Amino acid sequence: MSSEKLVVMANQIGRFFVPQRGIDPAAAIATHLRKFWDPRMRAALVAHLDKGGGGLDEPVRQAVLRLKDGLA
Amino acid sequence: MSLVPETDYGTPASHATEQVALTIDGQTVSVPAGTSIMRAAMDAGIQVPRLCATDSIEAFGSCRLCLVEISGRTGTPASCTTPVAPGIVVSTQTEKLKKIRKGVMELYISDHPLDCLTCAANGDCELQDMAGAVGLREVRYGYEGESHTRQAKDESNPYFTFDPSKCIVCSRCVRACEEVQGTFALTIEGRGFDSKVSAGTLLDNFLSSECVSCGACVQACPTATLSEKTLIDIGQPEHSVVTTCAYCGVGCSFKAEMRGEELVRMVPWKDGKANRGHSCVKGRFAWGYAHHRERILKPMVRESIDQPWREVDWDEAIGRVASEFRRLQDKHGRLAIGGITSSRCTNEETYVMQKLIRGGFGNNNVDTCARVCHSPTGFGLKQAFGTSAGTQDFDSVEQSDVILVIGANPTDAHPVFASRLKKRMRQGAKLIVIDPRRIDLVRTPHVEAEYHLPLRPGTNAAVMNALAHTIVTEGLANERFVREFCDRDAFEHWAAFVAESRNSPKAVGLVAGLDPEAIRGAARLYATGGNAAIYYGLGVTEHSQGTTTVMAIANLAMVTGNLGRPGVGVNPLRGQNNVQGACDMGSFPHELTGYRHISDDATREMFEKMWGRPLDAEPGLRIPNMFDAAIEGTFKGLYVQGEDILQSDPNTSHVVQALSSMECVVVQDLFLNETANYAHVFLPGSTFLEKDGTFTNAERRINRVRRVMTPRSGMADWEISLAIAEAMGFAMPYRHPSEIMDEIAASTPTFAGVSYDLLDRAGSVQWPCNEKAPLGTPIMHVGGFARGKGNFLITEYVPTDERTGPRFPLLLTTGRTLSQYNVGAQTRRTGNVVWHDQDLLEIHPHDAEQRGVCDGDWVKLDSRVGSTSLRARITDRVAPGVVYTTFHHPETQANVVTTELSDWATNCPEYKVTAVQVSPSNGPGDWQKEYAEQARHSRRIAAE
Repeated sequence: MSSEKLVVMANQIGRFFVPQRGIDPAAAIATHLRKFWDPRMRAALVAHLDKGGGGLDEPVRQAVLRLKDGLA
Repeated sequence: MSLVPETDYGTPASHATEQVALTIDGQTVSVPAGTSIMRAAMDAGIQVPRLCATDSIEAFGSCRLCLVEISGRTGTPASCTTPVAPGIVVSTQTEKLKKIRKGVMELYISDHPLDCLTCAANGDCELQDMAGAVGLREVRYGYEGESHTRQAKDESNPYFTFDPSKCIVCSRCVRACEEVQGTFALTIEGRGFDSKVSAGTLLDNFLSSECVSCGACVQACPTATLSEKTLIDIGQPEHSVVTTCAYCGVGCSFKAEMRGEELVRMVPWKDGKANRGHSCVKGRFAWGYAHHRERILKPMVRESIDQPWREVDWDEAIGRVASEFRRLQDKHGRLAIGGITSSRCTNEETYVMQKLIRGGFGNNNVDTCARVCHSPTGFGLKQAFGTSAGTQDFDSVEQSDVILVIGANPTDAHPVFASRLKKRMRQGAKLIVIDPRRIDLVRTPHVEAEYHLPLRPGTNAAVMNALAHTIVTEGLANERFVREFCDRDAFEHWAAFVAESRNSPKAVGLVAGLDPEAIRGAARLYATGGNAAIYYGLGVTEHSQGTTTVMAIANLAMVTGNLGRPGVGVNPLRGQNNVQGACDMGSFPHELTGYRHISDDATREMFEKMWGRPLDAEPGLRIPNMFDAAIEGTFKGLYVQGEDILQSDPNTSHVVQALSSMECVVVQDLFLNETANYAHVFLPGSTFLEKDGTFTNAERRINRVRRVMTPRSGMADWEISLAIAEAMGFAMPYRHPSEIMDEIAASTPTFAGVSYDLLDRAGSVQWPCNEKAPLGTPIMHVGGFARGKGNFLITEYVPTDERTGPRFPLLLTTGRTLSQYNVGAQTRRTGNVVWHDQDLLEIHPHDAEQRGVCDGDWVKLDSRVGSTSLRARITDRVAPGVVYTTFHHPETQANVVTTELSDWATNCPEYKVTAVQVSPSNGPGDWQKEYAEQARHSRRIAAE
């Protein structure tokens, strides 16, 4: 899948969770991705991160790292 | 079978709690105070003769037929306009009354054609009945004098005729138009002998008038003056079956009045709890598509989309689907296929479809067209309240004092509910409209919004935050409600957030193009005006911040305590008939029925045991993800039931590319829709008239759909899915949809008490329907939220990535019109095209003048992803800088220009915000011409 589109979508998710209070945004973003994204989309995002993760906002980058490490 | 009986009590019911006892014809009767004597008599089984009274409208007292005598009172008062009083003694039949009634009837009949035997109302005419009831035997005046019997019929409306020669000027039609529908299109013109029903001015006929063809006047007419053309053509029905409309999310109950298997007419059912006997032009009249010549009745297959279709038998078609899907899975993997359920199909069909995909395909690549409309509602309300559904029943609006409508156009998209809303407003409720466009509700006869906030498209979340800012900073929060029912920490965080100056009306006014004082006024009214209810539609959800705005709406309701009782609440107006049901039935790729996540081991294991199949614990692809995966090459086969994704989904070129990339596209529909142009198998579907099942409307009401005719293709839709499942080795041996519902009830806690038996007894129920609520739950979250404490979420406004600029300086927003429905597959094949035969682009006079565009001109609409041409309608309904169109016609393909930007949480497309440019055009553009040619080529069917 187009990593450009996935990055836009992931950053959108990030922009919701970052302002929430009392949560770990990276964990919340990772959980959202885990619960609502098809595995091949998550895999593509992890692959994008492996190539440098260009365009990913920092909390989203952290979330994808968690996905990669199986923490979500 | 027989006609479903309905009792007309003559006047509306009184809702007073005090009882009044009186005597009528020697019987003691006790009724609520305020009840008319006519209705009290009906309660006692005594029908007082009447012509101008019917219980859907207020008493009028004009026909002078329903007179009674009351001991101790002088005169002969009309029983319809005279309320009961304690201890009165009423006589409905005396020598004096008999004489007066006979005289009245004699006058009526002296000016009425005596063509009863050839009249369309023969056997169902109240005038005929009353002539019999009063014992009329002669008309002493003769028929030679001046009369109204030679007046010309008005046959301009496609569905009903107005024959003034048969009119008794009882005003029932005029009053129904006012009181039930709220359009005020009809009037009585002239005085005395010249009095006649008129649809507007002298130059108007019914078609040119303000009439919206809801049918309320036809329903109210006691004679053949207003008659359905189908009734005139076919004759009186001999039996009727109560069923549910298959158009919008109101879910109106109708009596399908039949002669054999021929549908004579659809008549709104008085006992229908969603519509209370009212209807709109679509449900009442626009069902002719069921017999349209373009209906496909035989399965068809082809090797590739450039070939003509070949008609085959069901076995071959089903076999082709199964073998192709298995081939694709063998070659590309288990996840290479999927399916889309339909919000137009029944709960049972949807359940079976998702079961086929999860159990038969072995993956969770199932999604529903609710993805592209109300998926943010499900997600947002679940986070806030714990339940993915609206909180009220439709009756609730009758107790609202303030009604906030945001991103919805009820008079067009949910007309029957709009009529109830307008009625409440005429009783004094206040209205706030938040919409970029001046929808009809803003100012319509006897209804005017207190506030209209014509916000810039894409700024919903900001405006909701500004309303909350006013409420919080001005001390208008309902502290008691918040303290008792909501999460305190979440509230404190949220209150601090909305109180920030960037969320103030002043700051937001600049972003949204609104007067800050109007924002403040609307907020104060919502917070302090009494029972305040929010109704919203796709103008909220179809944004990149759709889910955020749903949450912001929930926040507003919680902070003001407008939840948990009648008259208040958060009410999503669902677009299609079974959006709620499709979501309830486990159509989303991440969740099973009842909104339980697929990763939940206990739920999944319960279904695995029930279905005898292992289930994937991972979420599947959503519709937009399916398209991307298809283009990428990992998604190869799709089974689409009852949805035209090519016309309804955004960025048509992208959808075309996706469909063209697949090796097996299976379309199950009534017609060769636009998606079918790219399909390899066509399975002929059935209309709602041809199958049994249930729909769940926007108020969570589960209504029965009852079969009134044999499926024209030989199979109901649920049977087709079963056949595919069986061919793929996953047998589902249901014998009737009731057995599917039994399985839904057995597996879904919110449906635990639902059965066809219950629905037959209760008429309908709203979920949750279970041990705790055996007759369902009209109002949710009474005394606490389903999730425990109400959850305030921070709803930071994030502007959409879709921006205007020099190339695309205008914002396009899309919507619906009254006479058409969704992609128009059904309504374009009915008489409704007389009102809307093409999509038009609404453009403000200022923007039109700048571009040299005149009303009716062809214009080219360009966006970053595509262009189409259509005709312009110049109107100040839209603000400068905003243009609007509908998406009902494939010749226009409005979604050629909409983008793939979507809601952050759900991927619901951002249909409501597209940056565009408008320029003069000579006619349809190149894309449209090429598309039309492709469609023509693709729809060829090989001769046998």
